[in-house]
Parts: sequence; structure tokens; C-alpha cells
Amino acid sequence: MRRHLPIMAPDDSSEEPKPEKPPLQKKKGSASAYGATFIIMLGLWCVLSGKFDPFHLVLGVLSCALVSYFSADLLFAAPVTGRTFRIGFGFVRYLPWLLYEILLSALHLLYLSFHPRMPELIDPQVLQFRTRLKDELAQVTFANSITLTPGTITIYVDFHRDFSVHAIDRVTRDALPGEMERRVARAFGEE
Amino acid sequence: MVIALIVIVCVVAGLVFFAGGTLGLLRFPDFYSRLHPAGKLDTMGALLVILGLAIHQLFPVTLGSALTGLKLILIVVFVFLASPTATHAIVDAGFRAGLEPWKKGDPWR
Repeated sequence: MRRHLPIMAPDDSSEEPKPEKPPLQKKKGSASAYGATFIIMLGLWCVLSGKFDPFHLVLGVLSCALVSYFSADLLFAAPVTGRTFRIGFGFVRYLPWLLYEILLSALHLLYLSFHPRMPELIDPQVLQFRTRLKDELAQVTFANSITLTPGTITIYVDFHRDFSVHAIDRVTRDALPGEMERRVARAFGEE
Repeated sequence: MVIALIVIVCVVAGLVFFAGGTLGLLRFPDFYSRLHPAGKLDTMGALLVILGLAIHQLFPVTLGSALTGLKLILIVVFVFLASPTATHAIVDAGFRAGLEPWKKGDPWR
């Protein structure tokens, strides 16, 4: 038997004290992050504008200074140190291998999609493994590299560092995590 | 002459990748496996075609043509960042909605 009760808001949520509002001071990036953002933006300005007379350069310097003042803590969350440069250098060294790998597996996928008996060749499966990469940026790079490589798509990464990857056939499945993880780890100095 | 040959090879190879991507998109069995050719072979095709165009307009080398080449390379960089992100977003949406992936032995749909 059900008694007719007045509709009430659930107590537990209304009784809880409201969380403290964070103080209104904005977290600013460090001076080095500001400088690095400014230099990157100025380079981009020069490439995109293509005009090098004083008027346009002054405009560029002013707008880059303004934008990097607003967004210095976006691009570089931590202060720019030697580690940032080491990671950048390692990433640049990682890129050619990644491009070569993308080309190889793109050719494999091209072969699959043109093959008359493709339905017998493919074997899509969801693959799960745990990565040993600790740095968040390294995990993002690894996940994006997996998705960039044809034949494998990262579905999900959880906070236990468990990756779920959809792979199209056995060849692409066997390549993971393997060498790609090792190279990402080396690029981010986690060897 | 040699440059024209390189450009032609790049653009034609890019078109082959585009054709393969479209064919795979039509032939593969389900939502998830269709995304493999749709997302990746198109990226590869875009890379090759744009690379061919960048080489094509680079000669004779002037400041203007070098800047245009750099802008074309920037397009490739953007595609390489955006394409896996979009593919991942679509796959994630499929899994959240509970769509089961096709497995070997399932009926062809």
C-alpha cells in the first residue's frame, strides 16, 4: 500500500554544504610559458601573413602579445624547462617512424579494401591492454598514434591506463602495444 | 620535368588512397570497421595530394611560394590532429550507445 506523500526534493543533496567557490584569482602561466607561446604565435603570424613591412610586424607583435597573455597557461601548463625541449626533440625524432608506420599500414588497409575476398581476411576484434606510460601527454600521444595508424582505433582509455583498441585484423592486432609504446616511452623519457 | 613526375606520382597515389578509402567505406561490414578506411586512408590521401601540390607550386623558389608551401603543410598538420580525434569521437559514441562490433562469423550485413 502506497501512502500519498508530498513531492519533496531529495534531502541528501539539499542538506550538503555547497562546495567552496575557488578564489577568483586566475592561474597564470609562468614567464617561460608566456615567452614560448609568444614565439610560436609570432612564427605562425609570419607564415600566415607573409608581409614583413614594419606596420604588419608591429600589428603581429601586439596581437601575439595580447593572445599569449590570455592563453599562456593553455599551451604549456607547466613552466618551460629543459624537459620540455627534451620531449619536443624526442617527439620530432619519433615522427618519421610514425609516418613510415602510417604509410605501411595504410598500404595494408588499401590491400584489404581492394581485395575481392576481403570478408575472409578481416577479423575485427576489440583488444585490451594496459600501458606502462605514466605521463598523460605520453598516453595521449600513444592513443592518437594508435588511431592514426590505419587498422587500429583507440576506443577508450581509463584512469587505470587500460586501453581498448578496435583492430581490423590479426596483422594490425599483433603489432600492439609493442614497438610503438616503446618508442613513445623513449620520446617522453620514460625508458 | 623530374619535379612534374614527382608531383604526378604524389597526386595519383593520393587519389588511389582516396578511392580505396571510399571503396572500403562501402564494402566493410559494420560501423566500426567502416571507420578504418574512412578515417585513415582519407588522411593518407590528403597528405599525398597536398604534398604534391606543395611541391608543384614551390618552383621557382621565391619567398611567396615557400610561404604557400608552409601553409599547405599546416593544413596537413591540422588534418593529422583532427582526423584521429573525430574518428575516436565517432567510435566512442557508438560504444556508448551500445552498438556491438561485428565479429568474424556473424551474418554479413
